[in-house]
Amino acid sequence: MNAKTADKIATGVIYAIASSVALILVAMLAFILVRGLPHLSWHFLTASARSFEAGGGIGIQLFNSFYLLVLAMLISFPIALGAAIYLNEYAKPSLFISIIRTAIEVMSSLPSVVVGLFGFLIFVVKFHLGFSILSGAIALTFFNLPILTSSIESSLSQIPNLQREAGAALGLSRFETVIHIILPASVPSIVTGVVISAGRVFGEAAALIYTAGQSAPTLDFGDWNPFNLASPLSPFRPAETLAVHIWKINSEGIMPDLSAVSAGASAVLIIVVLLFNFSARRLGMMLYKKLTKS
Amino acid sequence: MTDKSQELKPVADFIPEKRPDRFIYQMDNDKHEVALSTEKLEVRYGDKLALSEGDLSFERYKITSLIGASGSGKSTFLRSLNRMNDGVANVSGHIWYRGLDINSKDIDVYEMRRHIGMVFQRPNPFAKSIYDNITFPLTRRGKYTKEKLDEIVETTLKQAALWDQVKDELNKSALALSGGQAQRLVIARALALKPDILLLDEPSSALDPISSAKFEETLLELKKYYTIIIVTHNMQQAARISDYTAFFHQGKVVEYDLTRKIFTRPKVKLTDDYISGNFG
Amino acid sequence: MDLITEKIKKTSLSTKQDRFGKLISITALILIASVVVLIFGFVISRGLATFTTNKVSLGHFLFGTDWNPSVVNKKTGQPGVGALPLIVGSMAVTFLAALVATPFAIGTAVFMTEVANKRGAKIMQPVIELLVGIPSVVYGVIGLTVVVPTVRAIFGGTGLGILSGTIVLFVMILPTITSMTVDTLKGVPRHYRESALAIGATRWQMIQKVILRAATPGILTAIVFGMARAFGEALAVQMVIGNAANMPNSLVSASATLTSVLTMGIGNTVMGSLQNNVLWSLAMILLLMSLVFNILIRFIGRKGELK
Repeated sequence: MNAKTADKIATGVIYAIASSVALILVAMLAFILVRGLPHLSWHFLTASARSFEAGGGIGIQLFNSFYLLVLAMLISFPIALGAAIYLNEYAKPSLFISIIRTAIEVMSSLPSVVVGLFGFLIFVVKFHLGFSILSGAIALTFFNLPILTSSIESSLSQIPNLQREAGAALGLSRFETVIHIILPASVPSIVTGVVISAGRVFGEAAALIYTAGQSAPTLDFGDWNPFNLASPLSPFRPAETLAVHIWKINSEGIMPDLSAVSAGASAVLIIVVLLFNFSARRLGMMLYKKLTKS
Repeated sequence: MTDKSQELKPVADFIPEKRPDRFIYQMDNDKHEVALSTEKLEVRYGDKLALSEGDLSFERYKITSLIGASGSGKSTFLRSLNRMNDGVANVSGHIWYRGLDINSKDIDVYEMRRHIGMVFQRPNPFAKSIYDNITFPLTRRGKYTKEKLDEIVETTLKQAALWDQVKDELNKSALALSGGQAQRLVIARALALKPDILLLDEPSSALDPISSAKFEETLLELKKYYTIIIVTHNMQQAARISDYTAFFHQGKVVEYDLTRKIFTRPKVKLTDDYISGNFG
Repeated sequence: MDLITEKIKKTSLSTKQDRFGKLISITALILIASVVVLIFGFVISRGLATFTTNKVSLGHFLFGTDWNPSVVNKKTGQPGVGALPLIVGSMAVTFLAALVATPFAIGTAVFMTEVANKRGAKIMQPVIELLVGIPSVVYGVIGLTVVVPTVRAIFGGTGLGILSGTIVLFVMILPTITSMTVDTLKGVPRHYRESALAIGATRWQMIQKVILRAATPGILTAIVFGMARAFGEALAVQMVIGNAANMPNSLVSASATLTSVLTMGIGNTVMGSLQNNVLWSLAMILLLMSLVFNILIRFIGRKGELK
């Protein structure tokens, strides 16, 4: 076989591989959406789940997912921001910094089930928080921190040093320069990173099974006092999320309309995650344009 | 040396002491007011010595040019003057300003830089409006009325010769300005702090010839109120605008003198070679 | 005049703010680092209890093939804490998934950087990003509803097992390996390509002999990253593996992995019991393996630099 023929065959094979990968994605999305969308209704999205009879919804799980996401982001964003600021603006190459960087790298590759188990051990068992939103939010924070930190750090590092010099030459401290010049300039790219990581957090289940728990007690949506256990805002109630719900009903296999609920819930989960992914860049671009034009 | 005309010159010119390898103009403190001076300034990047024997005095309300080839240490010297090299390089020696050694630990660097401002080679406006670019550093440190801020913006933009071009679009993003305009804005921003001394690091090298010429006019205007030290690659520029010139070579000041003397009768052969274009 | 001198000598507001900001930001950084230390500390101390408190021998744990911690094995007189079936299960799905995913990942990456024009890369970039974004439970659902029935139809049995786990993991780690390979290929200097083409190589020869060779360390790193993800993945695998802790004897019989046993078991055991401790030992293996993958990545990275 001569080189020309080999080249042609190889090109063909590479095209075939790439198209099959694209096909896999399209097939998966189509499968989930085609199976799931028919089950979506206002009732399905708002009603409570039912374990032993058909016709349940995912209302509470959906709420829990968003509530946990918001809490986890509220806890992890300031910490990740602080850490990223130190790494990108203050840190000089040293043994200490390289150890910390290694630690963050290791943390980002930890299996999420282990992160969940750690959260279970510390918060659920040791601190007697039980299966609760709070335990879940902290576990999600651990899961989210390393990725968010490095994403913010890379956003900060894209801002040219000229800006830092400009600040310094005007008698602004490093910190003032970061807060008032570097951060505003990197908002678009930070927002993109935050929204992408929100998508990951929203779909995460393994870290939550033993922290936020696998049950979704009925909520009283008229009670917004966070200290009442029935209140949707209570951080101390167990809270099964959408992703955990999908896992649980499939593992148990006792729900009579399992396949319908599973399909519908998966479709909702995928739609939300896709929305996060799509809007992440849009939002970033929009903010960037707003920032540079005006 | 075989040329007849050379032989006819006074012998004194050929005595080695008269053509030393270094000449530093000693400023008479009674006749000239010194705004800033350095003593035994030495800069190291790690183990590498980038500048040594930096002993210069800068006269108030004059323009001093620092010239020399790339890597001669002129920018390193300039950046050390308001401690922009902190954390980058190791600077030893003294920098005297108002009777204080500002190269010492108990100096508040941020406050000091508000009096010794700096403008860089590449224009670096903030991603804010033109107006905010100028007022932001001010409002970080003090309370100003809107009228006062408006006034400062107008005066500084006029001083930087940008007012007429941007007076109707002060709220536009500064990132939309052209290179020449952005550099003027950056100057205006530095002036708003009312510094004593303005350090300029090749400020017009990113500008086209027309903007550059305008820029020089601006500098001559600014000289009335500010002491200016400017690093430049452009020897014509140094000759045109500056009162003093220092020639740097391989990390040392080779010659420092009145500009007209340096460009007409340099005392060191190396300087002569450089300004007549024999190297660099 | 004196005012300025005084101001310069005083500690300014900026300096104070800067000290404060630096303190806050390093606190955040140390907080993250200490979480890592805590995770390792707690999980390892729990995991070691099996060997210290319950006196299980490490050899028995690592190489025993009988996994049934709640029942005392009649032959050995010890509870069944042999984790080998789980370790083998985890290893098997990880390696097989990487084996299948690698050619697809390299092919796609080459397509995006070398073969297709910009439009091709533009289409594949979002494909890869979306694949990363799909949550693992959704992969599990697809595994249960598509992969398992298909495997059942072809090979008989339940359809649950290592093969189904491999297929699900293959798709999950494909985007990880692909995007990292793309980054590596983009890093190969342009003049490599130009000089190869200049001496008359076909595009495929250039890709095969020059680009892929130069990118080998990077591609290996990408594969190890993918394997780390596969090894630690819990739910998607647990949903399709069958959860039977037998020594795997075929790709289509129900098996178990470290993660699947962990997810199923931790809620059903009492803290401090042997049954519980031994699960923490599994978690410890997971942690240590993720550390091994990290070290491997660094090692490959360093080797690659030397070349």
